[in-house]
Amino acid sequence: MAGELEFEKPVVELRKKISELKEYMKNTDVDLTSEIDKLEARLQKLETEIYGNMKPWERVQIARHPNRPTTLEYISLLFTDFFECHGDRTFGDDEAIVGGIAKFHGYPITVIGHQRGKDTKENIRRNFGMPHPEGYRKALRLMKQAEKFRRPIISFIDTKGAYPGKAAEERGQSEAIARNLFEMAGLRVPVICVVIGEGGSGGALALGVGNYIHMLENSTYSVISPEGAAALLWKDSSLAKKAAETMKITAPDLKGLGIIDEIIPEVKGGAHKDLQQQAKYIDKILIDSMSKLQVLDEETLLNQRYEKYKRIGEFSFPTERIGVK
Amino acid sequence: MLKELFTKTKTKPKKYATIPSKAAKQDVPEGIMTKCPNCKKILYTKELNKNYKVCTQCEYHFQMNSAERINSFLDFESFRELDREMVSGNPLDFPGYEEKLEQDRKKTGLNEAVVTGIGTVKGYEAAIAIMDAHFRMGSMGSVVGEKITRAIEKADELSIPFIIFTASGGARMQEGVLSLMQMAKTSVALKRFSDHGGLIISVMTHPTTGGVSASFASLGDYNFAEPGALIGFAGRRIIEQTIREELPEDFQTAEFLLKQGQLDAVISRVDMKEKIAAILDIHQPGGTFEWQEN
Repeated sequence: MAGELEFEKPVVELRKKISELKEYMKNTDVDLTSEIDKLEARLQKLETEIYGNMKPWERVQIARHPNRPTTLEYISLLFTDFFECHGDRTFGDDEAIVGGIAKFHGYPITVIGHQRGKDTKENIRRNFGMPHPEGYRKALRLMKQAEKFRRPIISFIDTKGAYPGKAAEERGQSEAIARNLFEMAGLRVPVICVVIGEGGSGGALALGVGNYIHMLENSTYSVISPEGAAALLWKDSSLAKKAAETMKITAPDLKGLGIIDEIIPEVKGGAHKDLQQQAKYIDKILIDSMSKLQVLDEETLLNQRYEKYKRIGEFSFPTERIGVK
Repeated sequence: MLKELFTKTKTKPKKYATIPSKAAKQDVPEGIMTKCPNCKKILYTKELNKNYKVCTQCEYHFQMNSAERINSFLDFESFRELDREMVSGNPLDFPGYEEKLEQDRKKTGLNEAVVTGIGTVKGYEAAIAIMDAHFRMGSMGSVVGEKITRAIEKADELSIPFIIFTASGGARMQEGVLSLMQMAKTSVALKRFSDHGGLIISVMTHPTTGGVSASFASLGDYNFAEPGALIGFAGRRIIEQTIREELPEDFQTAEFLLKQGQLDAVISRVDMKEKIAAILDIHQPGGTFEWQEN
């Protein structure tokens, strides 16, 4: 299989050996069943060992895997009747963000998400999933529309970050991101966010103010890329691996920090190994979130969102530390 | 620099795709065959009509009149027309206006440049307004404004979506500032309807320009256009004269507007009914989320 990562090589090699033996057995009369069984048991153990304790840097590699499923792939499996809406009605149509209306188990929703390309040509068209201001403004337009028609919003987060370019600055990249955070806080419909790949800084957060934030097991969410952090902190971007470990960017880390709600399990070796099964895992959590949120009235919904963000952060007053009231 | 302003430009006389010539073409009695002005293929008129007046070769969209639109877009015999008899006065006593209206009434069999009513699209009820560019270029005067406003109010009253197919050269010069104010009148009605949660779908067809594009045509929750439709505020010639530059070929086409973020989608007429019905379906007042197998 193409696109295997360095750390999973032992698994790949063992799997290859097993299939070779099976092939050999087919062509000759030699009975190798017991050997194969033994090897398969070892494979299982090896898989649990390797995929069960993945290091942050290994997760980063999976989150960035070229075959990692994208927003549109999940949309096609999770929803029906998807109709894509284009444009911010002001400047352009940013294909780094997709959005539209669809049905989730028969129920109307609005879905938005970052969209990477599957090949170089598409990546150029979609700017590698790095949005310009018009992308965020399109997303906001669709979210406001969802609010008008009382549709829940589901957003998929998957970007290296907002595009750092000249034109983006001229058109107000900061304002566009800020506006989304501000307006998403006030949306009178349920908002469910799922980080499916890389959650790159403000560019990710601009689609990420919701009642629930879930993360796929091997996705990341961070204020800066590990490479960027290493360059800033230690003036050496080759220390990215170390930065990935220090920065606490994996789903279990964010769960520990109380930022995200659920870790969505991934199929062994990463979502790209079995897209269908992965969609089922996401489906399950979306059903759960939808059921919980739709019974809340508007005020409770807004308060829940407010409290969620209010809780985030760690601080203390010096007096508390020494026990004086 | 200053000199340039006074020198004669030596460019060749430009050919503009002016709208009257196209309308005039439509007036030629249709024979058995029709030539596609885009790809020059000779088409069977019957076949062309069966394909929603879309060229089977190059997908060029021929202009449709309001009756053809009703027949192709709405469910069979579902249309109930509103305010059919409403006619225009001559508020500015504009010389020749009444004669011109009379001429177009005879030519088109319509009383004005918009037909409004209630109909169903694959079973989904909606208030519909269909502009007809064959009547005074689809220009907007008091009657067009009033009929559209009433259709919006009807949609509001019945809590059904409002769908408009636009086709217009813009304001109706013979009604002066009254025509201009129809932009505000229709927009005011749309705002109230929208605040009540009403669904607005605008489909811009060739051509949608001037005051119509700068009011209700652009105010949909969903703004769509037919392929190749000319859509814009100021005319191409005026812009070229003002900025003294030649404009790109695709300037002010539906595809150009999609790229510029103005449209949700460009929809082929062949798929129009299907796609809009799907959107109406998603906007049906629904119950609560219940888990069920997809």
